Parts: sequence; C-alpha cells; structure tokens
Amino acid sequence: MGDNALILGQRLGEWCGHGPVLEEDIALTNIALDLIGQARMVYQKVGALENGARTEDDVAFLRDANEFYNVLLVEMENGDFAHTIARQFYFSAFQVPFLERLAGSSDEFLRDFAFKSIKEARYHLKHATQWVLRLGDGTSESHDRMQLAINTLWEYTGELFMTDDVDLEMASLTGIHLEDIHQMWLTHVRQTLEEATLDMPDESTWMQSGGKQGVHTEHLGYILTDMQWLQRAYPGAEW
Amino acid sequence: MENQEQLDQFQAYVDQEMKVEAKDWMPEKYRNTLIRQIAQHAHSEVVGMLPEANWVTRAPSLKRKAILLAKIQDEGGHGLYLYSACETLGVDRDTLIDELHDGTAKYSSIFNYPTLNWADIGAVGWLVDGAAIVNQVSLQRTSYGPYSRAMIRICKEESFHQRQGYVIMMEMAKGTPAQKAMAQDALNRWWWPSLMMFGPSDKDSLHSQQNMAWKIKRHSNDELRQKFVDMTVPQTEYLGLTLPDPDLKWNAERGHYDFGEINWDEFWQVVRGNGKCNKERIAARQKAHDEGAWVREAALAYAAKKRNKKGAA
Repeated sequence: MGDNALILGQRLGEWCGHGPVLEEDIALTNIALDLIGQARMVYQKVGALENGARTEDDVAFLRDANEFYNVLLVEMENGDFAHTIARQFYFSAFQVPFLERLAGSSDEFLRDFAFKSIKEARYHLKHATQWVLRLGDGTSESHDRMQLAINTLWEYTGELFMTDDVDLEMASLTGIHLEDIHQMWLTHVRQTLEEATLDMPDESTWMQSGGKQGVHTEHLGYILTDMQWLQRAYPGAEW
Repeated sequence: MENQEQLDQFQAYVDQEMKVEAKDWMPEKYRNTLIRQIAQHAHSEVVGMLPEANWVTRAPSLKRKAILLAKIQDEGGHGLYLYSACETLGVDRDTLIDELHDGTAKYSSIFNYPTLNWADIGAVGWLVDGAAIVNQVSLQRTSYGPYSRAMIRICKEESFHQRQGYVIMMEMAKGTPAQKAMAQDALNRWWWPSLMMFGPSDKDSLHSQQNMAWKIKRHSNDELRQKFVDMTVPQTEYLGLTLPDPDLKWNAERGHYDFGEINWDEFWQVVRGNGKCNKERIAARQKAHDEGAWVREAALAYAAKKRNKKGAA
C-alpha cells in the first residue's frame, strides 16, 4: 500500500508546474501530496513494527527496486494528460473499494489508515472519473487520446487483483478478497467508459505482473535514482 | 475622457484611505498600472513554481517532499486568485498568459536563476519568499480593494513558506560539512538577486511617484530593501553563515545596516531576458500551455454538450 502511494505520488509530482491548466496543476499536486502522506503513514508503521530499526525515510530512500512492491501500473510514465488520468482512474477505482473494505479490518492501524485515506481516494476517483468523461466525450482528439491511454494501460490493471501469499494472509486479517474488489472495479470502469463514449478494452488481454513480487519495469530504477539520490550521496545526513 | 475634476476626486478618495473597487471609476493609467502589476505578480507565482518543482522528485525526505509540494500548490493558488483580481479590471486570463509567453508581460526576475542544490530550496523560501513578504505586507494596504484582499490572504501563506525555507537552511547549516557548504553556496548565489527583487533604486524607478500618490505602492523600493536587509542579517548570523557582501556593516547613526552596491548591469540584463533561465522558464510555460490546449478544448466542448443536453431536456 505504501509503495503504491509513494511511487504514484512521485510520478504525479513530475507534473508540478507543467499542468495543462493552472487548476489541474494544483489538483495533480494535491493528489501527489495525499499519496505521499499515505506512504508516510504506512512507512512509519513499518518502522514501528521493526521497533524503530528504520525511519520512514529509510524505508523510502534506502531500498533498491527489487524491494519495492508497488504494482507496475503506478510506475508507468505520465505520458500525456490522458495517460496520467487513465492511470489514476484505474488505480483510484481499485483503491476506493479496497479502502472501504479495509476500514472494517480488525487491525487498528489498517482501520485508521483506511479512514484517513478513503476521503482522499474518493476525491481522486471523482477527479479522474470526471476527466475520463470530459476527455472521452469532449473533442474527437481528446476522445482518441483517452481511448489510447485506456487501452495502453489496460494490461497493467490485472495485477491489482492478482492474489499472492501476502494478499492471502491479509485476507485472513481483513476479509478482503481481491476478486470482490475486481468486480466492483469492473463495474465502475465499464459504466464510466460507456458514459464517456469509450470502448472497454478486451478483457481477455494478457495481464502484466511482477511488481508485487519486486520484479518491475525499467521505469522504477529511474524513479528511484531521482528520488533517492540525495539520501544515497550523503548517507546519514539529516534534512 | 478624463477631466481634472475626476482625477482630483479620485485622488481625494484614495487620500482618505478608501479602497477602490472593481466597478468604481478610476483613471485609465491607474487601471493599466494595476493590470501590469497584478499580472506581473500572478505570472511570478506561476513561473516561480518551476525552480522549486525542479526539486520535487529529488527532495531528500518524505516530509520535505510533502512540504515542498504543499508550498508549490499554494503558489499555484496565489496565481489563480491574482489572475482573478486582474480579471476584475477587465482583462481575461488567456490574454494575460499570452502576454507572458510573448514576452510583453514580465515576472519577477529572481525566477530566472537556477536552483542548483537542495539548499537552494531553503534559500528560495527564506530569502525570495522573505523579500516577497516584505513587499506584500506593504501591499496589503494598497488602494485597489481586490488586490489588497488577495495580498492579505497571500501573506498568511507566505510566512509559512518563509519559515519552511529557513528550517531547511537551519538543518543544513548545522548538518554535515557538505551540507553546510551547500547552504553557504546557495546563500552566496541567492543573496544579491534577492536584493534586486525590490526593483531599481528609487532614483531610477520609473513608475514610483505616481504609484505612491495613488497609494498603489505604499513604500519605496529602497525603503523595503533596507527593511529586508535589516531583518535578514541577524537571521544569517543565527545560521552561522556569511552574507557575500564585504561592505555589509551596522550603521549606528542610521540605525540600519549599510550594504554594498547592487550589480545593476546584471539586474537589467536579467530583466531584458539574459538571465540563465529566462528562455527555459518561458519555454516550459509555453510547452505546458501548448500541450494542454487539447485538454482545455475538450473541457469546453464537454461543458457545452452538457449545457445543450440540459437545455434540450
């Protein structure tokens, strides 16, 4: 959860100062800020579980790519605005029902995390959904760009719902079954695309995976190079 | 046409410290000066996002990254309400943005300097926002109501910006030798450009007199610059850093710090477009604007479709 939030936040931060209109510059920065906040909450908890062996920054800045467990979707490049929106749309449409379930977890931290993050995630989803509608049903250019983005990123959506050992263990703690979340996700995606006059991608497409096991695309190395540089170049310094 | 009677009445009105509002009569020159100044201020907020955004992905801790994102977001917000304040004077945002891109409109020259190490983010917050605050506190009492109110709101956020900049400098000044060297390096590069932010010396300032009479401007460039120097020197001493000015010393007689001569050649060269980053900053803004054109068109087309549907229903 933390790595998904951090890497997506880091990607959105790249938009800062370069948005298509000032209002969206602010909105994307705001979403980035929410996600960085979510990552911090998770990493602080990681540190606490390790009895303070690592700080939130150690967790974020001192792991190599194969120790990051984010889904591949969030490390995809920003591309044009349609790609950024499609990535956010797919991710937030997963995160909202996921956090709604997580709020019912028996674990106190997970509950707190869900309560804090759900409001943010709902806003992110609303924002992304509105843009899918606007771009899909806007001009013919925006329609084509949005369709292309929806199609291009589709193969990275399957991983959100692939259950691995960690998910299984989590299911016993939280009652979250990714298959249920998948159904809710599909419903929202289908409805939105239809209203946006966009075609649903081919559901039988081969889905990419590996991120959750630490096997990433080539993008992650560059993201971490940028992000971790100061911490790596000046070890032990306080900032 | 404006007659002397109208101008006298207007002067009498602002002399009573009354605020001029959007629908009030005002001299054309007053209106144009405000459009120029507020637009320049709005552009500065937006262009000013770039040198800071340069460090968002490389911020050295999650906390610093979050604070930097929040700060840049504030600046975008300041840009928005300053553009709105400008629109009350009858110019729309698109026109203003075109003028930024084609070079007709200016923005604060300080943003044509590069941010080269992480301490630059500290120095920008501490010095650049610090200088901006000195100027903006004074502008809270400007005679044009919408601008004055925007300034009051902006000042509240700017003081948080300045503090976060100073905190970065403190962390680095008391950090490792390498960090302290970065902090000193940043200070060396940002000090003089910060002093230049107050504009030309009073004796060379083009618009000053009329603007003071109309209370658009409340203090002269040199007064504000002195105020900034006086408040920044002790802050620098506290950091254990050195200001790059051998002529800087306390003048007990004046009750102010004396400081060396600003390099006005450099100032005018940067104003004219010859700073390290002038071309890059405008190119980045232009690129964002051009690449965003299809997004803005789509939003308008979609809104129009929605309206039509509503109308038909």
